[in-house]
Order: sequence, then C-alpha cells, then structure tokens
Amino acid sequence: MKNILEVKKLRKSFKNFTLNDISFTLPRGYIMGFIGPNGAGKSTTIKLIMNLLKKEGGQINIFGKDHIKHEKEIKNRIGFVYDENHFYEELTLHEMKYIIAPFYKSWSDKLFDKYMKIFKLPANKRIKELSKGMKMKYSLTIALSHDPELLIMDEPTSGLDPIVRSELLDILSDLIQDENKSVFFSTHITSDLDKVADYVTFIHDGSIILSAAKDDILDNYGIVKGGTDLLNEYTQKAFIGIRKNNFGFEGLVDDRDKARNLFKDNIVIDKPSLEDIMLYTVRGNQYAQSNH
Amino acid sequence: MKIIISNSSNEPIYQQIVRQLKEGILKGHLTAGSALPSIRGLAKELHISVITTKRAYEELEKEGFIETAPGRGSFVAVQNRELLRKKGLAIVEEKLAEAVLTAKSLDISCEELSKLLHQLYKEA
Repeated sequence: MKNILEVKKLRKSFKNFTLNDISFTLPRGYIMGFIGPNGAGKSTTIKLIMNLLKKEGGQINIFGKDHIKHEKEIKNRIGFVYDENHFYEELTLHEMKYIIAPFYKSWSDKLFDKYMKIFKLPANKRIKELSKGMKMKYSLTIALSHDPELLIMDEPTSGLDPIVRSELLDILSDLIQDENKSVFFSTHITSDLDKVADYVTFIHDGSIILSAAKDDILDNYGIVKGGTDLLNEYTQKAFIGIRKNNFGFEGLVDDRDKARNLFKDNIVIDKPSLEDIMLYTVRGNQYAQSNH
Repeated sequence: MKIIISNSSNEPIYQQIVRQLKEGILKGHLTAGSALPSIRGLAKELHISVITTKRAYEELEKEGFIETAPGRGSFVAVQNRELLRKKGLAIVEEKLAEAVLTAKSLDISCEELSKLLHQLYKEA
C-alpha cells in the first residue's frame, strides 16, 4: 500500500461555499503541505478527512481503508492537531494526559515523556498558563504519544514565532525518518513548506489548483519579467497571472521552457517561491482585469 | 564531507548535491565503499525535501558514482581509475563548452580564449 491518504472527488456544500470534487494522494513516508488563502477550504477538507463533518460525495481512504467504515481503527493510527486548543484549561498537562491516554490502544507514556522533555513542557502547569507556542507543542506531544503513522494538523504554525515554527518543522523531519510515516498539514505560511515539504497541494475557492512534488512545481513554474511591448492577446495566454507596472510586467508561468521559447532572450525568468505561485494564482485574474 | 546548498542559485538543489558529491568522489575525498548519509537523514540535515535528496542519489546511481543496497543504504561505488578520469574530463568538457558559447556570443576569439585559459590555469 503505497498511499497513506487518498482523497477522491470529495464534495461538500455550504450556503456560500462548495468543496468541488477535490482529489489528491499522499504517499507513505512523505510530508505534504496543504496551502491556500483563508476560506479556501483547508479546514473543511481536514474535518471531512477526520469525519468531523459529513461528506456529500467522494471517497476518502486512509491506510488503504475507507475512513468511515474503519474509523475506529484508523483514528488509533492517526495523530491529529487542531488549530485551536481543545483541552481542559484548568487541568495540568499531566492531568490532561490521563484523560486522553485511555482513548488510544497504543498510547505510550514513554513517548509522552520524551516529547515533554524535547519541548521542555512543564508537566505541573495548568494548560491555561501556557503560551500559544507551548500549547501547540503540547497538542503535538499528545498527538504523537500513541506513535501514529499519519499526522494530520490544521494550521499548526499559525500565530507561532519563527523559532517555534522551525522547531516544529524539525520534529516533522524526524518523524518521517523511518520511511513509514506521513505528515499532512495545512498552512497559509508558505515558507514553512519551502524547506520541509515533499508534496504541495494548493486549494483555492474549493478547488485544487495543483497537487504535485514541490521540486517539480518549483522547477517548472517561473516568474517572467519583461517589457509590456511583449504582451499581446496571444502571448498573454501563457500566463497564470500578470502584474503590469510603468516599467514592464511580471507574470507567473507554469512552464519556464515554453516561456523561454516564446519570448527568447527578451525576458528574465526568476525562480518563484510558493508564495509567488499562491499570489499570482489567486490574484491573477484580478491583476489582468484591473490593468486592461 | 561538505555539502553547501544555495537557495538563491538557479541550479536546482538536487543538482547542487549531485555536483558536490561527484566532486568529492572525483577528488578522492569520498573513497570507494564509504557510506553516504541516508536519503532521509541528508534531507533532514540540509532542511530540504526527501524527494530532492532521493532524486540526487538516483542521478548519482545512474551515472555509476554510488550504489544503493536496500536496507543497507548508499555507498560510493568502486571506481575504475580510467573511468574516473573520463568522467572528470567529461565534466571539464561540459564547463568549457559553456565558456566557449559565452565567448562566441561576445565575439571573443579562440586565441583570446586560449590565452585566458592558460593564464587561469597558471594562477589557479
């Protein structure tokens, strides 16, 4: 079983929002970042995967099994970190552990103690006394203490300072060292993914814009810069998004070689960041319209 | 072993790894049979994707620089001295070709280029 998580044609509608038959897969042993602007459908997708919301259509397989039919077994093998604190604020970290541990067959106090130590968490402090970063570390400690094969996190890095974020990303790298575990996490901080992610899935307005190996994305996409005289109805079609200014234009293409063939040496092509790709894709049409 | 990754370079990261490991092998810093870090270990150390290091190792394996044994890891392949030299020459040739192309595009003559080469060789 190569894929640890498979999402096929997943659908869910709300009053003002539809998750539009989205599909993607995550192979075992890798980290996938799930990016998109606020309101794109990241949390909805994660809640559907965890069966906290009822899907309307499509199929979700985790460890090769249907996520609802085998929900109990699957959840024993998943670690889940919410975007908000779901613990009893008045309890100490140690007391909270006794409430959660019995839910998991494979709970390990040894692992719990290990991560408490790594994260330097104070076992006897009350949860409400923790800083935001410490709360996240505690959530992660709880999520990892039953040695899950798949770690799913909803915006674990939001609101954290760069140092704590970098510690978290190190832990993720550590986790996948044994080739058997995978991590799926959503974020709108794309620089988290620049380093550690193997795969990137980009959701916008309820649809998947792209889902691929990060290296492939960064090798193929490009920021093209040149004079506005190069742009006409035909050449403009090569761009996902264009931004014009008084001195020239900048645009995002998904095929650097094609752009090079089209414009020859009249342009400069820069390596894009994931943030560039997100910005141009989301605002691409607006840019184009406002400049016409 | 030293591997330095530049994020601002135009050279893809996997190629930076391939190039530096190759150099290490060709110059004899990495000897036949010595163990390389695991794909995942290297990715973790360098703060890059596992896919990147995997691709680099696959490339090196394809070109015969390293060997990977399932469950045991990757090792520097036993290199034939003759072959090693040939591979070294191929790398130099590639880089010279690049220089020639640049020279041609700038109307620099073969003589001027040779002179420059001699000078650089002496200085290095």
